[in-house]
Amino acid sequence: MPHNTTDTGTPERIFIKGNEAIAHGALAAGCRCYFGYPITPQNDIPEMMSYALPDAGGEFVQAESEVASANMLLGAAAAGIRALTSSSSPGISLMQEAISYMAGSELPGVIVNMNRGGPGLGDIGPSQGDYFQSVKGGGHGDYKLLVLAPATCQECYDMMVQAFDLAFKYRNPVMVLGDAIVGQMKEPVTPWKPAAVAGTEAADWRLEGAKGRKPRLLKSLFLEDGALAGQNRHLQAKYAAMQAEARAESFLTDDAELIVVAYGSIGRIAKSAIRKLRAQGHKVGLVRPQTLFPFPGPLLRGLAEQGKRFLTIEHNCGQMVEDVRLSIRGIVDSAFYGHMPGEMPGSDDFLAPILDAMGGK
Amino acid sequence: MALYQDVIMAGFGGQGVMLIGNLLAYAGMNAGLNVTYIPVYGPEMRGGTANCTVVVSDEDIGSPIIQRPRSLIVMNQPSLDKFQPRLEDGGVQVLNTSLVDASQAEARVRTVCVPANDIADKLGNTKMANMVALGAYVRATGVVDLDVVKKSLGSVISAHYSHLIPKNADALQAGFDHAG
Repeated sequence: MPHNTTDTGTPERIFIKGNEAIAHGALAAGCRCYFGYPITPQNDIPEMMSYALPDAGGEFVQAESEVASANMLLGAAAAGIRALTSSSSPGISLMQEAISYMAGSELPGVIVNMNRGGPGLGDIGPSQGDYFQSVKGGGHGDYKLLVLAPATCQECYDMMVQAFDLAFKYRNPVMVLGDAIVGQMKEPVTPWKPAAVAGTEAADWRLEGAKGRKPRLLKSLFLEDGALAGQNRHLQAKYAAMQAEARAESFLTDDAELIVVAYGSIGRIAKSAIRKLRAQGHKVGLVRPQTLFPFPGPLLRGLAEQGKRFLTIEHNCGQMVEDVRLSIRGIVDSAFYGHMPGEMPGSDDFLAPILDAMGGK
Repeated sequence: MALYQDVIMAGFGGQGVMLIGNLLAYAGMNAGLNVTYIPVYGPEMRGGTANCTVVVSDEDIGSPIIQRPRSLIVMNQPSLDKFQPRLEDGGVQVLNTSLVDASQAEARVRTVCVPANDIADKLGNTKMANMVALGAYVRATGVVDLDVVKKSLGSVISAHYSHLIPKNADALQAGFDHAG
């Protein structure tokens, strides 16, 4: 990974919020349009994009609603432009129709969700209650988003670069799913500049005026006999191919008897609990999925085949645990600890659930 | 053993606890360490105490949220009532005894008393009490060098107020010296 370096050869680090790292990462990735409507806890993203994007030669639009934001994203994507919207849970719900249309018409765009408490307006604190919505398709129809889950401010930056690349590689919307913890906390981030985006990355499908060639049609409506089935088969094959993009951080899994599975902020908080228990001699490790779709199921299955037991920890009432159980089905089950949205989690909260799961042979 | 320190800094809104939290985090970063900073967030800001949490470590940092901190900077009485019970046994707390009753300090923790407002007043501006307390904290914990903290002032004080940096460095030094 290329880094800017100082005279002394050490990479320069900047001290920023996760939300700001999202914006920096988007700009580094060549994002040229941002559409959004304000909502806590992600307002630092539009705030920064509002001045930084015009400076970078792009366009910032504060839309009249989240519905409009998502449809503007669809429009920019149809023109082959790297474009972004961001919101938090209730706002993301409003975007689902357009996201389904983007998936159906194979349009690349990046959507950031800084998950807050729900259901409904919930609160402005952290939560992982939007896992199902993000991973199972929050809108209608059989579709998938690629879903990336940052746990650090550096990952907020890096995953934005990755998100745009994946969106155009697969012509599919990509969601970056954080929460109020990673959005609001500050950490040192090493900015890096990816290779310049090829101006031709969307040249064979984008809408740019049909001068000198046949018109193109980007659509999600397939009424002709057999057309929709063909489109769905094509999409399913694409989603299956995405499995190659699955990523996870493994921490102290080799000799672990129990594997904690936790993503995002909860993953890093679980890591502190695991360090504490390791110091007491408990053989516990962590798998932190960095992609939620594709899910790192084969990795978990391999660990299950080694005889390890599982505990899934989430900041919700039990969502990702279903994917963990599917991954290891027929071998072993996963225990579950859900920290209630509305309450701030800390590593001490996870100690007893981990010890319980270790005792349950 | 890995270098690791965490601290909750708490006081009234306006006492500058977020500023010294950022300053310590910048100093940690400038010392080449990993740091996290997280402000208390939400309705709690509008009553009682304002606080933030900083973690400094030479390995990657797990939780940025600390339920039982190893250290505290306590700028007012409500913050002592709220956070002292959470301080780990053997932890260290810096009390601003200009506003905090030191007789309530528990024997199970190490307490460093510094009349931060009074010292800041003598230096010419009571608003620098936060810097006095941070200077005392740096002496009490040794988490980073005071010089690195001083050099990091420019990162948290905007250019418009940069003329105040030498005075704030003096306040850091005064707190450091008092805690000696």
